[in-house]
Amino acid sequence: MKPAPFIYHDPATPEEAVALLSQHEDAKVLAGGQSLMPMLNMRFVVPDHVIDLNGVAGISGVTDTGSTLEIGAMTRQRDLIRDPAVNAKTPIIPEALENVGHFQTRNRGTIGGSLCHLDPSAELPCLMAAYDAVLTAHGPEGARDIPFIEWPLAYMIPTLGPDELLTKITVPYWAENHGFGFVEYARRHGDFALIAVAALLEIDGDTIRRASISIGGADVRPVRLTEAETALVGAGVGVDAFRAAAEIARGIDAMSDAYVSSAYRQRLAATLVERALIKAGECAKGSA
Amino acid sequence: MADTRDIEVTVNGESHAANVETRTSLGDFLRHGLGLTGTHMGCEHGVCGACTVMVDGEAVRSCLMLAVQANGHEVTTVEGLADDDGTMHPLQEAFWKHHGLQCGFCTPGMLTSLTAFLRDNPDPSEREVREAISGNICRCTGYQGIVDAALEVAKSMQKGS
Repeated sequence: MKPAPFIYHDPATPEEAVALLSQHEDAKVLAGGQSLMPMLNMRFVVPDHVIDLNGVAGISGVTDTGSTLEIGAMTRQRDLIRDPAVNAKTPIIPEALENVGHFQTRNRGTIGGSLCHLDPSAELPCLMAAYDAVLTAHGPEGARDIPFIEWPLAYMIPTLGPDELLTKITVPYWAENHGFGFVEYARRHGDFALIAVAALLEIDGDTIRRASISIGGADVRPVRLTEAETALVGAGVGVDAFRAAAEIARGIDAMSDAYVSSAYRQRLAATLVERALIKAGECAKGSA
Repeated sequence: MADTRDIEVTVNGESHAANVETRTSLGDFLRHGLGLTGTHMGCEHGVCGACTVMVDGEAVRSCLMLAVQANGHEVTTVEGLADDDGTMHPLQEAFWKHHGLQCGFCTPGMLTSLTAFLRDNPDPSEREVREAISGNICRCTGYQGIVDAALEVAKSMQKGS
């Protein structure tokens, strides 16, 4: 099982990478390789050119700007888990990453690779949806910012031009004492989740002031439960409000496949939304 | 014409220069290019963990990395764990003692994964050990002997430090 022949390129700068993408018709971008390499090995993809980003300068690492985290697209999942700013400001990210593959794959896998691969049940897109993260892409005309809500176009296809490169992800902070909960259900630990839920809550005493709920695995893109988020604001922190949100989750559009029916995904979404909110509520109360 | 590159890789402390086809995986390069057949290729899509090696000290799937990407890096394979005189690595010794292997196919990936894991987590719980090897599939042992071996090595490392 070997990749079909391709021409390998290893640009040193984002500009060089973009130039290569512009020059070559059938090119694939190689980030951490934890999804593309299996697809190459199995010849699901047979590109003429592979553009390896592992030597590109300036597109990895985490910067704390005071109000946001700026994450280079080539930052490895392992480095996010270990980064002090990520742990202090966006603790849901390391918590969720423990569910991504195994430590050996997190040693190579990158945040940008996961966001571009855009598997419907992947954890990182679900988190970026919860945060309304902004993605920066470089193209021949320069850089442009894309709000996450506009990022997924269709099943595993981001709104990225054929000559554009994702270089940076900007994650806005929530209040320091916010609560968070990430839960997912997968058939085996490390597998892609059937349903994953990320919940963020800001509270004031016993009242919810701000809420974000993102569901992965239900649809081709992460689903924000905006109706429930609106209903939660002003409500008291407690199981009653969380159950009401879970009931809204039960009504989402959900995919069905040979193993998992849409009704089961909806039921799972309801259960996991409740659990994620309970965790987020306890967490917010604990840190308030 | 095949797309090739000259690479220089340090494997188990020894520097190797080679001309590789760019589509060659690191695992295939180690086995066919260098004759280091201790690294086992299993599923070749990152699921089974048999091909795990350490690159710059971090455990990675050698089927999901191109040989050309290892250019200028240091690779440790299962052959690099024992001492030069053949004295087994404590983990290898413990695997032997606890029957942590039967057919041996998963063993190189287990040993390289656990070497990196125990270095970063010198005092793991049984659960943490099981999670660490959750990406390494073994069809013989039922994992019990492997977990026992890892926990024993962790304990002896504690005493030794």
